[in-house]
Amino acid sequence: MCGIVGLFLKDKSLEPELGAMLSSMLVTMTDRGPDSAGIAIYGASSGNSAKITIQSARPKKDFSGLEAELMKELGAGVSIDIKSTHAVVTLPKDMLEEGRAAIADLRPDIRIMSSGDAIEIYKETGLPKDVVSRFAVNAMAGTHGIGHTRMATESAVTTLGAHPFSTGSDQCLVHNGSLSNHNNLRRELKREGMMFETENDTEVAAAYLTAEMAKGKNLGEALEGAVDDLDGFFTFVVGTKSGFGVVRDAIACKPAVMAETDRYVAFGSEYRALVSLPGIEAARIWEPEPATVYFWER
Amino acid sequence: MPTFDLAVTPLRDLNQALHDVASGDNDLQFDVINPRGHHAVAAGVHAPVSIDIHGSVGYYCGGMNEEAVITVHGSAGPGVAENMMSGRITIKGDASQYAGATGCGGLLVIEGNASSRCGISMKGIDIVVRGNIGHMSAFMAQAGNLVVLGDAGDALGDSLYEARIFVRGKVESLGADCIEKEMRAEHIELLSALLKEAGITDVRPEEFSRYGSSRKLYNFNVDNADAY
Repeated sequence: MCGIVGLFLKDKSLEPELGAMLSSMLVTMTDRGPDSAGIAIYGASSGNSAKITIQSARPKKDFSGLEAELMKELGAGVSIDIKSTHAVVTLPKDMLEEGRAAIADLRPDIRIMSSGDAIEIYKETGLPKDVVSRFAVNAMAGTHGIGHTRMATESAVTTLGAHPFSTGSDQCLVHNGSLSNHNNLRRELKREGMMFETENDTEVAAAYLTAEMAKGKNLGEALEGAVDDLDGFFTFVVGTKSGFGVVRDAIACKPAVMAETDRYVAFGSEYRALVSLPGIEAARIWEPEPATVYFWER
Repeated sequence: MPTFDLAVTPLRDLNQALHDVASGDNDLQFDVINPRGHHAVAAGVHAPVSIDIHGSVGYYCGGMNEEAVITVHGSAGPGVAENMMSGRITIKGDASQYAGATGCGGLLVIEGNASSRCGISMKGIDIVVRGNIGHMSAFMAQAGNLVVLGDAGDALGDSLYEARIFVRGKVESLGADCIEKEMRAEHIELLSALLKEAGITDVRPEEFSRYGSSRKLYNFNVDNADAY
C-alpha cells in the first residue's frame, strides 16, 4: 500500500512545528507501510552554506574524524551534525559538488541521501515511530516536508530502498504505487547521464523529474510530463527548495487527500493523516483529480 | 441514546455494540463523535438502527449494511457503503473512490461529490449524488440506479449490464458499450421516486439524460474484440 504525507507551510509561525506535525502524520500512516520510513525536511536555507545528508551502516567508524578530513580536503570550514546513522554536513555553498566528491572519496561506503541549500533526508528500515524518534524529527523546524511509510513491493527492504528519493539538489519525491516502465526509463536516463543507486522504481521517477528540470522545466511542467512518460500506478508528492507538488496517474487508484487552509497545504494517503492539523475542520479538503498537477511555490 | 466517542472508545466496541442490537431492542439511535477518519465505522450492521456519525470517516464506512440508516456528517473515504444490502446511507460531504461498489440494495445518498469508480459493479443499490462523479463510474454495473445531479467523468458505464444511469450535467465520455437512451415516461416516474426518496426537490427528472448498455458485449463476438 505505502502511506505518503506532505506539508507545505504558508504561515511562518508554524515553521518551528513542521517536524512535529509531519511526524504525527507519518506515524498515523504506519499500517499502510511498516517496512521503512523516511522524511525530507526543508529548513531555512542559510545564505552561503549548503548541506549534504549522509548515511552509514557503521556510523561510528565512518563519521569519526570525517569533519577534520573534509576540512583538510576542501580547505574550507565544514561542520558535521551526527544523528544516529545519518549526519548533516554543512559546507560552503559553492563547494557542494566538491564536497560530494570528497565524501565519496574519503568514505566510499557512505551513502548520500540528499544535498542542497535547504533539504535534509532521514530514512531507515523499521516502523515510522522508531525512525522519527531516532532522528528527533519532532524537534525539527522547516518550511515544508514530505514523508513516506513503505510497504515494499518492487524492490528490497533496505535503507536505500526507503523513500524519499533525492536525485537532484534540493529535490525529492515520495511515491505510492508501482511503475511498469521503470527499467526502460532508467536505461534512457542513464544515457542522459543520470546516476542510479538502486533498482527501485521510485528512484527512476525522481531522476526523471530531475532530468526534466535540468532541461529548464519548472516542477509543475516536469510533473505534467510525468503523466505522459511514466507508466503504472502512482501518487507522487514532490519537494523542491521552494515548491511542493502532487500528481496522480490517469487511473488514480492510489488514494490521496489534500487539505488547504490559509496556514498550510497538506497531503495524506488518507484523511486520518490530516486530522491532527490545526484548523482541519474548516480546511478545504479534496481528492486530487487523475492526471492533474497540483503545485505550490513560495 | 448511546454515544460513542472514537477519540477514547475503540472502534471495535462501537461495531460490537451495533452488531449486538437484537430484535425488540428499544435503544436504536446511535451517535458517533470524533470518527477522525477511522476505517470500517458502522460496518456490517444488521439491524434497523439509526446511526449519526459526526465527522469524516475513512475506508468502508457502512460496508455490508442491512437495514440501518447511517448519516455521515462529514466526508467518507474509499468504499463507503460497499456491498450494502438494504437501508440507507447519507454522506453530507464528499465520498472517495468506489462509493457503493457491488451494492445489492438500499439507498446511498452523497450530498457532495463522489470520486472515481462510483457504483462500480453495483448489483441493485440505488445511488444518488448531488455533485459530480469521477471516471470509470458504474463500471460493470449490473443492476440498480445511479443518479448524478452534476457531471460524470471519463468512461461512464464501461461494460455496463442492466443498471440505469441518469446524469443531469455533462458526461466526459461514455465507456465501452454504454449509450445514451431515450427518457420514457417510466424512467421519469422511476427518477422522480428516487429523487423524492433522496430528499431532492430542486431539480426535475426531465433535466436528466439516461444512459444504459447497448448490450453488444453480452455475448462474445470477435468483431467486437477491440471494444473489450
